[in-house]
Amino acid sequence: MKAISARRNTLYGLLFALPWIIGFLAFTAYPILASLYYSLTEFVGIGIPKWIGSGNYKALMNDELFWKSLYNTIYYVGLAVPIGFVVGLGLALLLNMDLKEVGIYRTLVYIPYVLPAVVVGFIWLWMLNPYFGLLNLFLNTVFHIQGPGWFSDPKWAKPAFVMLAQWGAGGSAVIFLAAIKDVPRELLESAEIDGAGWWTKFSKIIIPMISPVILYHIITALFGGFQIFTTAYIATNGGPANSTLFYVLYLYRSAFQYSKMGYASAMAWILFILVLILTLIIFRTSARWVFYRGGGE
Amino acid sequence: MNLRYFITKVIGRLVLVLISIVFLVPIFWMFTTSIKDMSEVMTYPPIWWPNPPKWHNYIEAVNYIPFGRYTLNTIIITIGNIAGVLFSAPLVAYSISRIRWRGRNILFMLILSTVLIPFPVIMIPVFIVFARLGWINTFRPLIIPAFFGGGAFNIFLLRQFFMTIPEELSDAARIDGASEFGIYSRIMLPLIKPILIVISLFTFLGAWNDFMGPLIYLQDEAKYTLSLGLQMYRSTNYVEWPLLMAAATIVVIPTIIAFYFTQNTIVESVTLTGLKG
Repeated sequence: MKAISARRNTLYGLLFALPWIIGFLAFTAYPILASLYYSLTEFVGIGIPKWIGSGNYKALMNDELFWKSLYNTIYYVGLAVPIGFVVGLGLALLLNMDLKEVGIYRTLVYIPYVLPAVVVGFIWLWMLNPYFGLLNLFLNTVFHIQGPGWFSDPKWAKPAFVMLAQWGAGGSAVIFLAAIKDVPRELLESAEIDGAGWWTKFSKIIIPMISPVILYHIITALFGGFQIFTTAYIATNGGPANSTLFYVLYLYRSAFQYSKMGYASAMAWILFILVLILTLIIFRTSARWVFYRGGGE
Repeated sequence: MNLRYFITKVIGRLVLVLISIVFLVPIFWMFTTSIKDMSEVMTYPPIWWPNPPKWHNYIEAVNYIPFGRYTLNTIIITIGNIAGVLFSAPLVAYSISRIRWRGRNILFMLILSTVLIPFPVIMIPVFIVFARLGWINTFRPLIIPAFFGGGAFNIFLLRQFFMTIPEELSDAARIDGASEFGIYSRIMLPLIKPILIVISLFTFLGAWNDFMGPLIYLQDEAKYTLSLGLQMYRSTNYVEWPLLMAAATIVVIPTIIAFYFTQNTIVESVTLTGLKG
């Protein structure tokens, strides 16, 4: 009887999971292996891929644009992720204040996060127009500073994307806020009785208590950052002087504009391994700074 | 102490008002540009509110590109995605949370691990498969995968919800002779309706805002979505800023409406999922 019910359960378990399993095999497992195979071939997308071993990887090592795009992306991630973390957490702390109308602020700050990336790209292309963009007009009128060319200046184009990314910080702020709201009141109150100041409460209680959310945020931000595409495609399309040719943008071009599917697959695999290593490192160090509350919930 | 509390409140409020303004200005700027003449766009000092507002830009904008066609295309793809996710995500979430079978924890780990795969890694082979099937320039590559996946985050959310439902409920139904599928569709799905709505809204936002998918699969201009269509207000060295911003405003409105309905549930779902640790 028991064996029958266990078999029945396994059968139903598999049956209910079947669409996902089919999808996983067709749209995840197969493509991962296929892209590894393509990365070892010369392939224009139609016909039969021609085996060239490590040829694509060797060619990439000598491809200036590959290194440039990797540099651009690491530059961007290196700034956008830490700044995004500080901005998101800072916003969350502000939104955690005991104010009647705080819900309104939360709503307003969150809106940009749900806008389509294409629209975000266009809005900022316009906001950062060197001559008639609102930001430079503001800098000029209020501070009498001649603002930079932003997206048209190789020095300022990457920082412009870092700034643009902060516009969506409401998304992470809302998640941090939920975590902060969940910190047990008694903990903060007893700390107050013991004379703990604002900073002590923040660094010794809030940060450890929300550290799992911080870990989640950093990993998703890292993934998002490495895959920056749409806003760059719209606002600069890689320019000026390839200063915003981000990794996935170059990968997209290689695959779909130059029809170098094998080459692009090699790029994809390098990206894959890079982010996996980064994730692994973060998970390894997380044992030291991420604090999990006991189970029970 | 009281004075300090008062000052913190005043300063905090001031900072929040300022931040809210900074976050809203670009949206306001999009809107106000959408009702300007080209001559009012390139001016110094900037015009905050044109007089008179050129509402006519909106009519021009929707006639400048096949706006109705693109809206319809976007709606078809969006609805297809919602249907697909609502079909596949609850099924697999049910399997890993309410059916006691041996593989379910492995399956759950497998589902979670898919978020660690960058899209470009799977993009090329999937494209080639769809190309061989002759599905380029159709909506199929943008819809069908949704029926066979559902998204790791959605499945995770659903699993957490399913697990809050008492096991006795299923056991009682089983004793009454209900089939597994009957329990699923007649008891469980109605119980998780609120989270199904949240997932629909997330999926709506994802599909409506998607750019890279349509960019890869839709080359025929008649098949474009709104995201792709927005590029057509720009030529190599000229941008129709007022018309582009008018079109962008129209595209954005449904997302802001959807957002309005999601904002509270996002906070609640984060708390409910135990993401907090």
